[in-house]
Amino acid sequence: MNSTLVQNYFREEKLPHIWCPGCGHGIIMRAIAQAIENLGLDKDKVCIVSGIGCSSRAPGYMDFNTLHTTHGRALAFATGVKHANPDLEVIVITGDGDASAIGGNHLIHAARRNIGITTIVFNNNIYGMTGGQYSPTTPTGDLGTTAPYGNVDPAFDIAKLAAAAGATYAARTTAYHARPMTKYIEKAIAHKGFSLVEAISVCPTYYGRKNKKGSAVAMMNFLKDSFVDIKAAEKLPADKMVGKFIMGEFKHDETQEEYTSRYKKIIEQVKGAK
Amino acid sequence: MTEKNVKLLQGNEACVLGALYAGMKFYSGYPITPSTEIAEDSAVKLPKVGGKFIQMEDEIAGIAAAIGASLTGVKSMTATSGPGLSLKLENIGYAAIAEIPLVIVNVQRGGPSTGLPTSPAQGDIMQARWGSHGDYPMIALSPQSVRETFDLTVRAFNLAEKYRTPVMILTDEVVGHMREKIEIPEEGELEVFNRLVPEPGQPYMPYGIEEGDIVPKMAPFGAGYRYHVTGLFHDETGFPSNSSANAKYMLDRIMSKVNDHKDDIVTYDSYMLEDAEVVILAYGSSARTCKASVKKLREQGIKAGLFRSITIWPSPEAQIEAIGKQVNNIVVAEMNLGQYVYEVQRIVKSDALVHHIGRANGEVLTPDEIVAKVMEVL
Repeated sequence: MNSTLVQNYFREEKLPHIWCPGCGHGIIMRAIAQAIENLGLDKDKVCIVSGIGCSSRAPGYMDFNTLHTTHGRALAFATGVKHANPDLEVIVITGDGDASAIGGNHLIHAARRNIGITTIVFNNNIYGMTGGQYSPTTPTGDLGTTAPYGNVDPAFDIAKLAAAAGATYAARTTAYHARPMTKYIEKAIAHKGFSLVEAISVCPTYYGRKNKKGSAVAMMNFLKDSFVDIKAAEKLPADKMVGKFIMGEFKHDETQEEYTSRYKKIIEQVKGAK
Repeated sequence: MTEKNVKLLQGNEACVLGALYAGMKFYSGYPITPSTEIAEDSAVKLPKVGGKFIQMEDEIAGIAAAIGASLTGVKSMTATSGPGLSLKLENIGYAAIAEIPLVIVNVQRGGPSTGLPTSPAQGDIMQARWGSHGDYPMIALSPQSVRETFDLTVRAFNLAEKYRTPVMILTDEVVGHMREKIEIPEEGELEVFNRLVPEPGQPYMPYGIEEGDIVPKMAPFGAGYRYHVTGLFHDETGFPSNSSANAKYMLDRIMSKVNDHKDDIVTYDSYMLEDAEVVILAYGSSARTCKASVKKLREQGIKAGLFRSITIWPSPEAQIEAIGKQVNNIVVAEMNLGQYVYEVQRIVKSDALVHHIGRANGEVLTPDEIVAKVMEVL
């Protein structure tokens, strides 16, 4: 049977999308829709919020309540949406710069509150929309238009950052690993507290070209060859892990109560009091 | 007859009671002197009426969450002061272009920068109007008393909902912190306006205007409309558009919401203006000082009058222009080094001279120095 995902969950008249040929973002956007379909969510009760950047254009194509906000602030807007109406399933789509540079403060605090928002970070290691400047996830030494002699900064590990800040579900996956990615997004949405899935994307146009990473296919193959599942990595000797990156679920804690549910108890406690 | 609900309140407390009277169900903000009591009181009172309070991680998040909440259909508010307003500016522009009803309270304190955190000022007048980048409409109201803070907060919500635009309450440290006896209006005594929502079953154009309406009807997120909201220029469907013709249409439309409805939006007050030969023009707490100055000048046989802008933005243009024709001298008194005076000079088209008296050192203006200024210019 042919998939009806596009007909059912996308605004077909808004396609094709603006992303460059070979960009990994479309795969991640599709995985989000697939996860929503798999969970059987009511489209009217799903709200997708984004900031600014390449990834943040995704909500415009997706047939839900969609909110394209200001740079870095998606999680702050989303917090207002979720707190005001906890019945909505709130999903934030953001990029590496949007989430961890200009929006870094909102990321750690949304995680700390454990508010029921699912954040999908489209991490392509670069500011794509502005033409290839280094981001907080650009590897040290790599090139960007603002790192012409090699990036001096160390990089953030966004999934671990979120977990350390209090997110109760945190996972990393890549645009190559589309099936596990869909599964992680599904689990992240189903999770009651704050969840984050860092989806490693590819930007052949800016990051790839500048750093001589080859074609889009070569970049996808790099994801395939370089990312090792956390469980497999535990069994591998250290020398086999050189140059490899870890993906998988870093944290899944169902014991912490979600923010709006805690606040609801306060309302029940004081409602009607003078 | 029922007993009147009389309370001794701070301006900041009256602001929260006014907001609740208007139907506020959401507050998000960040602590900052001298506005903090607004957050504290909202935190106490909102859950009692089933509303939501949240202290966000910074000022930017404070306004962002309030915008997000408003999109779900609730009346929301944020409050701040000087440095916080500077941080909120980008998202004020967002609320304006995306047409999100929102009330922003700015309890003005001495600036620039951290400035004089516990002292009054009226230094954010121009920032309130022009602070966010680009062209956008703005409504700002300035109370001079505790009761007026209550009333103008109700009004700010009404205007925000009616015109789908952010509305600012430009109060100051004096009004925010002074205590006065006020009578809380009974339910139904003041008008409360609720935003227009689409009729169920009808086709919905998120940014389209129906005949007879001033603004597009606003569907709450989650009610089945699944539309798109963006800070990019967008067409009536809500989706981004790069068309310059559309950008012009859209900007003209959002500007006209305010410009074409000044009769409804603009309010002002006056004291002994009818026979005045010199007029003192002021707003907020400074206007109270000026009233004393007018009395003193009258005692000396000088026919002085007071005009008070209650709506600061848009200005009471017709009234100020008429004053310019009535008198030869207008003295604008404000706690800054000259801001609203430029607006008054812009409006006055006669030969009347527009003078300024002000300071920005954290002290309020005194009646005597305003009297002295009037004597000097006459």
